This record gives sequence, C-alpha cells and structure tokens, in this order.
Amino acid sequence: MFNILKNRLDQGYKTTGYPNEKIQLPPRYRGRPRINRQAPAEVIAECAAACPQDAIDVSGTLIDMGRCVFCGTCERISKGRFISFTQDFEISVSEKEHLVTDGGLPALADHSRQHFKKLFGRSLQLRQVSAGGCNACEADLNVLATPFFDLARFGINFVASPRHADGIVVTGPVSNNMKTALLKTFEATASPKVVIAVGSCALTGGPFRGSPEIAEGLDSILPVDLFIPGCPPHPLTNLHALLTFFK
Amino acid sequence: MKTDFLQISNGEAIKREKIPHLSFDAFYRDALSIVRVGGKVVHYFAYSDKGATKLMAVLRKDKLKVASCDAPDVYPSMTSQCEPFHMFEREIAEQYAIRPEGHPWLKMVRYHANFLNRPDVFGNDYTQDIPGNIDYYGVDGEEIHEVAVGPVHAGVIEPGHFRFNCIGERVLNLEIQLGYQHRGVEKMLPGVDPKRLPVIVEGIAGDTAVGYGLCMSQAVEALSSLQVDEGAQIIRTIALELERIANHVGDLGALSGDVAFLPPANYFGRMRGDFLNMTLLICGNRFGKGLVRPGGTRFALTEGVRKTLNDRIFELTPQVKHVINLLLTNASVQSRFDDCGAVTQADAEKLGLVGPAGRASGLPYDVRRCFPTGHYGQLNIPGNAKRTGDVHARATVRGEEILQSLDIITTLLGDPVETRSIENRKVSLAPSSFVVTLNEAWRGELSHCILTDADGAILRYKVKDPSFHNWNGLSMALRDTEISDFPLNNKSFNLSYCGVDL
Ligand code: SF4
Repeated sequence: MFNILKNRLDQGYKTTGYPNEKIQLPPRYRGRPRINRQAPAEVIAECAAACPQDAIDVSGTLIDMGRCVFCGTCERISKGRFISFTQDFEISVSEKEHLVTDGGLPALADHSRQHFKKLFGRSLQLRQVSAGGCNACEADLNVLATPFFDLARFGINFVASPRHADGIVVTGPVSNNMKTALLKTFEATASPKVVIAVGSCALTGGPFRGSPEIAEGLDSILPVDLFIPGCPPHPLTNLHALLTFFK
Repeated sequence: MKTDFLQISNGEAIKREKIPHLSFDAFYRDALSIVRVGGKVVHYFAYSDKGATKLMAVLRKDKLKVASCDAPDVYPSMTSQCEPFHMFEREIAEQYAIRPEGHPWLKMVRYHANFLNRPDVFGNDYTQDIPGNIDYYGVDGEEIHEVAVGPVHAGVIEPGHFRFNCIGERVLNLEIQLGYQHRGVEKMLPGVDPKRLPVIVEGIAGDTAVGYGLCMSQAVEALSSLQVDEGAQIIRTIALELERIANHVGDLGALSGDVAFLPPANYFGRMRGDFLNMTLLICGNRFGKGLVRPGGTRFALTEGVRKTLNDRIFELTPQVKHVINLLLTNASVQSRFDDCGAVTQADAEKLGLVGPAGRASGLPYDVRRCFPTGHYGQLNIPGNAKRTGDVHARATVRGEEILQSLDIITTLLGDPVETRSIENRKVSLAPSSFVVTLNEAWRGELSHCILTDADGAILRYKVKDPSFHNWNGLSMALRDTEISDFPLNNKSFNLSYCGVDL
C-alpha cells in the first residue's frame, strides 16, 4: 500500500492541457507541409522522383497528404526550397480532395457535419477495426486512453463492440482477408454512424499501394467522413480531428 | 557432426554459387540432422529461379548455415520428425504449392493463392473467407465446447482468430489462425521501385519499424558494399533499444491492466509515450520510421538532442524501476502471474521459441550476443537468470530487459556521437548473391534474406518475424490454462499479427 502511494506521488499529474493550451512538438516532427510553388522546376522534379510514395504532383506543385508518409525526403532533397514541414499537427480533413494540398488546409471545424456535432458532441463511442494495419496507427490511437491524452474526459471512448458504437475507426489498407469482417462490423454499428479513416494506408493504401491483396483507400469501400493523414498520425492529430469534428 | 551446409555470417553477402546446392535427399538429411540436435530454423523457404523452384534453408546452432536444393512437388514432411519446421512447411506449401506429405497439420498460413498459379495445395479457390476448406482443430466429447474469438477483437489491436476447445473453463487446445492482415508484401518486394523498399519494409510491422529497417538496411549494405560509420551504428543501437523499451513498458502496462492493478497500468501507459517521444525527438516519427536507411541513419544525434535524451533517460530511469518493482512485488499480481501459462523449456526448444518468450522458458538465445552486428559486438549483453516459463517469467524478463536497455542507452549517450546523416540513395546490388541478416528485435530474432538475380535485381525477399516462431508458444501456454487467463497470456507474449501475415 505504502509503495502504491509513493509511486502515485512520484508520478504526479501528467494530463495535457490541449486543446486549451498549445503543444509544441519537437523540430524534427513533420506535420503540415509548406510548399513554395516558385521553387525551381528541377528541384520540384527531383523531389517528385525521389518521393517513395509518388505523392508529389509536379505540374500543380501539390502534395497528396493521403499518400505521403511524412518521411521528409522531399524537404531534405530540396533543402526546404520546395517543401518544408511545419510542426502543425492539425492536418485532418473531411473531404478526400482536401488531402491534395498546396500547403493550405480548410478549417476542419467549418467542414464538420453539424448533425454529427449535435448527435455525438457530448458522447462519442467508437469501434476500432484494424484491416491490415501495421500496429503503429493502432498504437497511437490506443495511446489516447493513457493519462497524458485522457480521451475519456471529452466523452469519447473506444468500445469493445460495434453494437455499442456510434462509428468505426479504420486503420490499414483493408486487406482482402479483412474486408468481410470490416463490412460486418460496419453493418453491426447502429445508424447514424460515422466512418473515420486513420493513416496513409486507410487513406490510399499507403506503402502497399499497387498490391492486389489490398483496397487502395477505405473510401472505395465505405463512405468516409473524416480522413486523418500520417504514418502513423501523431496522437495529437487524432485528438484534434476528433475534437474539432465532433465537439 | 559433418553436413554439407555452408557456414555463413550474419550480414555477410556471398555469391549464390558458393551456397551448396544439394540433392533433395542430402538437403533433407542434413537439415534434419542439424535441427534434431538442437539446431533451429532461421529460414526455410522456396523461391523461383529461371523457371525452377528451389528450397533454401538457413539454420543456426552456434553458427549460421545455409544450403539449397531443387524443390520436388511433393516431399516427406520434416515436421513429422522435427517440430521447428512446422510453420515453414505450411508457408512453403501456401506460397509455392509444394506439398509436405505427412505434415501433421497442413493448413494455410495467410490464406492467399500461391505465387506460381499452380493447383492449390489446400483445394481453396479463395472465394470464401478464412479458413477456407480446412476446419479448425477440434476436440470430440459431449462436454467440450468451442469458443471462437476474432478476427475483430474487443481492444484496439490487430485482427486474428482464436479458436479454443474447452472443457468447462479449462482450455484443452487453442488454435490461432492468422492471415487477416495479409498485404502481399513478399510478392511485392522483388518488383517494386527500389525507392519504395524502406517505406514498405518499415510498414510490415510498425511496432518494430527500427528492427525491420535495420534488417533491410544491413542486407542492402552487404549486397552493395556500403559502409556505415560508427556514429550511425550507435544511433541505430539507441533506436533499437528505445523500441524495445517502449514496447516492453507498454506490455507491462497492459499486463497490469489485465489483472486490474490500475496504477502501474496508467504509469506504464504514460511512460511508454515518453519513450516513443524520444524516438520522435531523434527522427521525427514516434516509431522510428524513416530513421534507418542503407548506409547509415537519416538523422544525426546533435548535441542538443543528445543532451535532451540524456536528461529524459535520467529522469525516467528511477520512475521505470519503481513501477516495475510496484508491479512485480505486489502479492495479488504475483498470485495471478505465477504458474499461469507455463511453457516448459523442452516445449520451448521443440517450438523453437525466440526472444523474451524463449528466454523466459530458459532458452538463452539473444541475437545481440550470439550473432552481433553493428555496435552490438562491443556491448556486453547480459543473459537472464533461469526462469519458469510462465506469465511471471515473461513479465520479469521484460522488466530486466527494460533496465538493461536503459543501461545500454545511458552508456551510448555518454559521449558525443558523430555521423554524416544520409538520404535514401540509389544503390546497385551485387548480382547472383545472397545475404541473411538477423537482429534481436524486441520480440526476438527478426531476419531478412535477399537473393539477387544475374542483373542484381531482387529475386526473392524473405521476411521472418520472431512471432512466426512464437505464436505456437502462446497456444502451448494456454494448454490446461483457464480460458479467462487468455488475455494475460496473450499480453505476456504480445506477438505480431502483421509481421506474420506480411
Ligand atoms: S514527405 Fe511525403 S511527399 Fe515528401 S518525399 Fe516523403 S512521402 Fe513524398
């Protein structure tokens, strides 16, 4: 008992003040891209050629955040002259085409569906389905339940059954072998329901695009309401998306 | 014992013509004779070479050994005589439609059509869902009941199916059927644009991204004679140990949660994040994705980063120690952990368990000590005391490893680290060559193997996650255990679904 109390004192209070307080992520974290559309054409071409995800559109000088895994190759190759990454982690969108960006993003709050706010603003129960995920997205969703993020204080929880849920959160490129289970989980969720796609894989197939064993993008199978980019998205990106879209 | 297998080293590229290409009978005889006397299977896989299908085995005892042979369409199963081949033979049957006759449980591993468009060994046309044409292992009897769990589980975890045969609360057998995460990785890798290789490999199992990046990079380095400077070796070591700590800490938290001891569950959960954030500080990604690349690391350890890491490790070390102590000395925790899900050393040997699960059952093997690469050759990795193979042992071993890794990192952070950070670069791989790389990832022996063709293109990229060995350890642990202890046992192993499903 004494040991338990001593540890409790040791640990102190660790929950973040976000969203009321700002959080500064470390400089090497790569969040919202900043794009210099005036960069020399050869620099842009070099970045596009080196991008492992073929996420750079040369003619439009745009970057597809759905494909991008935020590896930073383009930033380093262009020495920031074309693309540089900011520490802004608030990068989720509600329309897939908003993922293809010149660096600007529409304010998520303006695009969230008002009836969702009304229905789920005070209580949102989510069922997570990993459909070919590598366990990084899953882990950084799971972490929202730990004391630092403490998701439950916002009335949002991950629940054990789709029958208890208002929506599903899908990670992974939707492997063929998980497709039925995913669809059944979706069906078992009570309507009205939301679908949230988390991570590059769920958005576009991610690193596995081109494989015949996956679907390239959850939105080819289910209607997606919220797209959260990253490989994996930072927990704060997930938190921001959930709070802004539903609160 | 004399065999025709060739002795090789971890991470050493050799010409494929040097690999003994034996007759099937000699291959079979030698492989069995090595594994029967305590050898273990690192790899055993099939590949196509100029229209012919071949088999290759990489085995280990105190040294690594390799040989290949032409693959027959049907051959007498080695598993029936020697258990460690079990999953490998099933994988070969699934990928290359080669049937091991007499295999005791010939069932698919991941549920996909074979690579060669040959008639399916399992008679599946892949229109149904898993498990296709094959039933689960059953137990007959009036009082027997079956419990089916998954693929979608209650928690935020990956999918897999667990089928329990129970009498009352007691589990007689647990069969684990994976494959739901299959993304077709091994089929993709040979043809893919080389610039995609690192990103795909790091995405095979994201909780082991550093380990996967390391195995791939070392293999490519060996095949292209790239040198890695000492600083990069140190950064890689720090990253791999941080990965180990973060996962072990997280799992100890999950174990606390499963016995409803909530204080450590919460502390561990929070501290796991602190360790992931150290990796974030080093490379901008909490899982280390993007850090390790052929030729070194993409990020240097600046003095500022080194100092911050030092401070954080200094602050966290006592906290971690206290919470481990809180968990493992609590009487009610002990009564739940002790004697729960024990795997004997003899069973662990037969199943070929690796990593902390193996060490908890008394198998000392640790790649960092037995086949060290990079900076590990200069480190002294201590062994674990002999353990009892139960949940308590697995938790204790993980606790010990956290402290060892903290020690290693503290030492490595003691001096400035200099490296020239590198970007993903074009390399040409040596033609007609072979390399195998092994690393002690947090779950145990992770290994990649690359074969190149006459033009230096990747002919076969073989991945083996430690979980490929250890899932059957979990099944074994559940024998005669109460079904309500499944979550506890599962967390004590915490194996990878996607690493196996590929
Ligand atoms: S950061 Fe994104 S756009 Fe840039 S190279 Fe990497 S994947 Fe491509």
